[in-house]
Amino acid sequence: MHRFWFFAAAALLLGSTAPGRAESPVGASSCSGCHALNPALSTPIPRLVGRSAAELGAAMQAFKSGQRPSTVMGRIAKGFTDPEIEAIAQWYAAPK
Amino acid sequence: MADLSVSRRQFLAATGAAAAGVYAPALAQAAPRVVVIGGGFGGATAARAIKQSSPRVSVSLVERERTFTACPFSNLVIGGLRALSAQQFGYDKVSGAGVDVIFAAATGVNRETRRVELEGGASLPYDRLIVAPGIDIRWDGLTGYNEAAATKLPHAWKAGEQTLLLRRQLEALEDGGVVVMSVPANPFRCPPGPYERASLIARYLKTQKPKSKILILDAKDTFSKQRLFQEAWKELYPDHLEWVALSKGGRVTAVDAETKTFTTEFGEHKAAVGNVIPPQRAGRAAELAGAVDQTGWCAIDPVTFESKLSPLVHVVGDATIAGGMPKSAFSANAQAKVCAGAVVELLEGRTPKPPKLINTCYSLVAPDYGISVAGVYEPVNGVLTDVPGAGGVSPAPAQRSERSQEALYAEAWFNTITAEIFG
Repeated sequence: MHRFWFFAAAALLLGSTAPGRAESPVGASSCSGCHALNPALSTPIPRLVGRSAAELGAAMQAFKSGQRPSTVMGRIAKGFTDPEIEAIAQWYAAPK
Repeated sequence: MADLSVSRRQFLAATGAAAAGVYAPALAQAAPRVVVIGGGFGGATAARAIKQSSPRVSVSLVERERTFTACPFSNLVIGGLRALSAQQFGYDKVSGAGVDVIFAAATGVNRETRRVELEGGASLPYDRLIVAPGIDIRWDGLTGYNEAAATKLPHAWKAGEQTLLLRRQLEALEDGGVVVMSVPANPFRCPPGPYERASLIARYLKTQKPKSKILILDAKDTFSKQRLFQEAWKELYPDHLEWVALSKGGRVTAVDAETKTFTTEFGEHKAAVGNVIPPQRAGRAAELAGAVDQTGWCAIDPVTFESKLSPLVHVVGDATIAGGMPKSAFSANAQAKVCAGAVVELLEGRTPKPPKLINTCYSLVAPDYGISVAGVYEPVNGVLTDVPGAGGVSPAPAQRSERSQEALYAEAWFNTITAEIFG
């Protein structure tokens, strides 16, 4: 019976932890090519982790509309729908 | 076990799910096994991403070289602006992340027994195989160009000793000598790469060998970021760089390594230093895995990056036919993360959802003058397709401050992506 409990708990744990990056919203995994996830790295490119979903979403919307000037982000933001932007913002804002 | 914060309701849900088979792969079998062949931007990314996403998956990375030498930014080495050591990375952190890094050449893939065969006779079993072999030079692709010729006329299209050879030849060049570069037809690794390289060679000539110039003989009439490059060349290197398009006789049909002669349909060009960027194909490991089609490249499913020819084999990076996505390090890294996610989903018995991917390629026309091309891609009718309205090249005209900002971002990108993979 103990063994049975153990497997049940293991199944739950695997179910809750295994997806990780696999469940990131569409497009989100590409961002870390430029936006460093490692807090130790010194870089002039703004970080996404550690910001609120509201700030990230507003920045993407401003890039998308052209309201906020950018080098490359305007060209990238235009490739995402509003729900996609919201999902990416929520995902980067969530604790990892 | 009473301390476990598992409610009876959750327990019943879990056992119910197990009975229905949802968790059966996790419980009934040994850890799934993924083998990755190729430890560059694509392969090393994929190996780490799988391990991070699903630590219970056993991930082996097969790579011949103990030191990886990155191609992006290697044109700065050729231009005398960077040490090759700044391009080099080891695999300690990849191992530290739980990936079993095996320094060996893959000699075969047995798709029936699902094993990767290694030199020396060992073999590695896999449930899913990811091949990220980059490019191979097509040594039969240009008359007169073979491995021996490459010691006289370097390609420097795989970074390392070839990069240093071209650099040494430029340093030894007498002022007044002509540098000739040949550029192949599409597709090839790093579409804007030849023009970045020509720019940085022109800069070197302008500052160190002002009577010399570089001649680009091109098998194409158009190229990546063309307008931006040409405007920058007019401004920065009007006397030191000349581009000859296909329609103006640019296509090189043969080379002679001994005399450093480039033959085109319109005539011959003698070089003091010659750089042949030769035709290319998918790297050999893709061939071993049965994933290469008659084009020399690998057709893939755009959701999973599984080969269209070879089941259970996934391909990422330069070796793929990736629709609108160029053969770039950024693309390889982005594809590898999507592929890794899909492989984990498939191993767990789920169906991967259609992805979106980003590419951004920076080119340096001068150390403080950067330009970029970007794109966002999604599967449409089985092909990775540009999302309409997104992407494109840096705006023109622009302030020089915007160009210097992009040069800064180019280096930041290199540091970030190499830290994600090797750091």
